[in-house]
Amino acid sequence: MLEIRNLHVTVNNRKILKGVNLSVKPGEVHSIMGPNGSGKSTLAHVLAGRDGYAVTEGTILYRGKDLLAMAPEERACEGVFLAFQYPVEIPGINGTYFLKAALNAIRKYHGQEELDAMDFLALVKQKMKLLDVDDRLLNRSVNEGFSGGEKKRNEIFQMAILQPSLAVLDETDSGLDIDALKVVAGGVNALRSPDRAIVVVTHYQRLLNYIVPDFVHVLVDGRIVKSGGKELALELESQGYAAVEAECRALAAASI
Amino acid sequence: MTTTLVSASQTRAAAGLARYLQRFAEAERAGTATSAAWLMPLRRAAMDRFAAVGFPTTRDEDWRFTNVSPIAQTEFRAAPTAPAPLPAEAIAPFLFPGLEGVRLVFVDGRFAPHLSSTGAAAGLVVRSLAEALTAERSVLQLHLGRYAEPQHDPFCALNTAFLEDGAYVSISAGTLLEDPIHLLYVSTAAGAPTMAHPRNLILTGENCQAAILEDYVSLGEGVHFTNSVTELVVGDNGVVSHYHLERENRQAFHISRLRSEQARSSTLTSHSVLLGGALVRRNMHPILAGEGGECLINGLFMPRGRQHMDNFMRVEHASPHCDSRQVFKGILDGQAHGVFHGRIIVHKDAQKTDAKQTNMNLLLSEEAQIDSKPQLEIYADDVKCTHGATIGQINEDAVFYLRSRGLSAAVARALLLFAFAGESLKRMKVAPVRRRLEQLVSEWLPQGNLLEGMD
Ligand SMILES: Nc1ncnc2c1ncn2[C@@H]1O[C@H](COP(=O)(O)OP(=O)(O)OP(=O)(O)O)[C@@H](O)[C@H]1O
Ligand SMILES: [Mg+2]
Repeated sequence: MLEIRNLHVTVNNRKILKGVNLSVKPGEVHSIMGPNGSGKSTLAHVLAGRDGYAVTEGTILYRGKDLLAMAPEERACEGVFLAFQYPVEIPGINGTYFLKAALNAIRKYHGQEELDAMDFLALVKQKMKLLDVDDRLLNRSVNEGFSGGEKKRNEIFQMAILQPSLAVLDETDSGLDIDALKVVAGGVNALRSPDRAIVVVTHYQRLLNYIVPDFVHVLVDGRIVKSGGKELALELESQGYAAVEAECRALAAASI
Repeated sequence: MTTTLVSASQTRAAAGLARYLQRFAEAERAGTATSAAWLMPLRRAAMDRFAAVGFPTTRDEDWRFTNVSPIAQTEFRAAPTAPAPLPAEAIAPFLFPGLEGVRLVFVDGRFAPHLSSTGAAAGLVVRSLAEALTAERSVLQLHLGRYAEPQHDPFCALNTAFLEDGAYVSISAGTLLEDPIHLLYVSTAAGAPTMAHPRNLILTGENCQAAILEDYVSLGEGVHFTNSVTELVVGDNGVVSHYHLERENRQAFHISRLRSEQARSSTLTSHSVLLGGALVRRNMHPILAGEGGECLINGLFMPRGRQHMDNFMRVEHASPHCDSRQVFKGILDGQAHGVFHGRIIVHKDAQKTDAKQTNMNLLLSEEAQIDSKPQLEIYADDVKCTHGATIGQINEDAVFYLRSRGLSAAVARALLLFAFAGESLKRMKVAPVRRRLEQLVSEWLPQGNLLEGMD
């Protein structure tokens, strides 16, 4: 589904990603963990097609196609979804209107008929229940005045409506209390299927109790320094990133 | 070198002035169809004033950002007095769906009865000013020219000197008008440059509720000059809304003035939407004359190409406990130039004044330009006055967010622009007017045609 090879990314002339390799197959859940500033969000943004990130080396294939050659909206239409670490507030654009426009843009791309107001509303009602979203949030402007937790929940709600094939969740757990975390994890798990993949970017192991990953990768200073199964997350939690970093430095020193 | 240039333009301006003097003399001699004799002193005084000051230049503080020499240098004629009547289809595209009330149509400055429907609502008198000059003489003598003072502005002087026709609206105390009054000013703009000086007088008694829409359009693509003045009186406790829509052709010169006078505890909301015209100056001069009045001045201006749009506010607090709000939003594209000049004057007795002014602008191109200038003159000591202006670009983070959900870059931008303008539109409470304005604004936006079914 997703094949990242030797990805090097520069932002404002600063090297942030320094050779990332990652292979995600349909049906899998991958978690990317790492300390602050290690490049997790950079990777997520590059996948979504954000401007300002220069890919200096490497390739990304998504379902066999060159992802980097696609415009952000094309990626979205092809099924790539990014749940933002910091969702943007957009005053004056009604949340429901926006979501309907987005869903219909994607449907149109696939040659499907646009959903009418009634069908859309039915879909919204169903997903609102799944994610325990308040009607009030939907009738407001997109993310405007939402609390941190409400924004994160709204991202997952959008994901539930748009039904992407590859979902990248960037620190969706931050700002959520434990009840909200369970609801959000439930929403993500509902999306799990043999033909979808999910990449969960997180700092803490907490979320992974509820969204159990198949693989865990540790990103340090722009490189994936360690990969393993779900137990790696627990290990990181108990020992901290410092231990992994030290281990890697030792390995690197030994190989010189 | 410089001196020769200046004197050359002075010569041209002088020639312009001479033309107006000549036209005035002709009009005076002809004693034009409407010239009620009682009006002559007012007109003459205004002409003298204009002759004395001439067209403003950018050396005048109030005109620093707006150069009106293209107006001064163009030879405008009054439209022929007896043109072939316009067929009703000609104005059909300009009607507002859902506005079924009174409509007065003016063609090249003159009332066109066959296109108008004056209706018969209780408590309401509407007719052309030309008729009212004789038929309603005693009321007009009391009010006409009492509020809009020629010494404030040479264009107001010019309007008064050439005052001939326009709308007269009088609403008696306690009247709640259901339907907005649509005043449609059509310029045929077919041949040589023409000018019109519409003059409107709107009087509302105590406890009235009413909405008035002034709407300026062109039929052809030719150069023309509209110089309108509206005097609006809001009686005690009245609730009045006024809309001004400028959608003339891209060659038009449009100078307009709304001078409002509010009595005790009255509320005026005034909205202006500027879309058309080559050179536009919108003057607003509300005076909060009675205690406890409220005034909202809401504006949206969207110049593009080489359009120039200047919003000039002079908000006067003359009594205590009044609130005023100015909220102006600009969307500027191409090489457009926008101006927001917001002057607030708080007189010494106007304690507890609460005056607020904001001007927010989006620049869509490198070459678009905005000059925003607040100006506070406060002579009372217990007042709250704030102002703020922002100039920004479209939020690229928001564009990316929308695109990441599948919307094209063009739709994302159009949505964000419409959202920006939408805040101004939402303040417009008269539904059929707002809905049509929403349409016009979205059509005017680059890629606005992509915004179907937005509300
Ligand atoms: N626009 C930018 N210009 C310069 N440096 C940037 C820019 N954006 C991010 N960076 C830097 O790139 C590095 C990686 O940032 P990134 O946001 O990808 O980290 P992260 O792993 O997501 O961190 P966090 O855990 O705090 O979310 C950081 O050092 C950050 O300061
Ligand atoms: Mg991050």
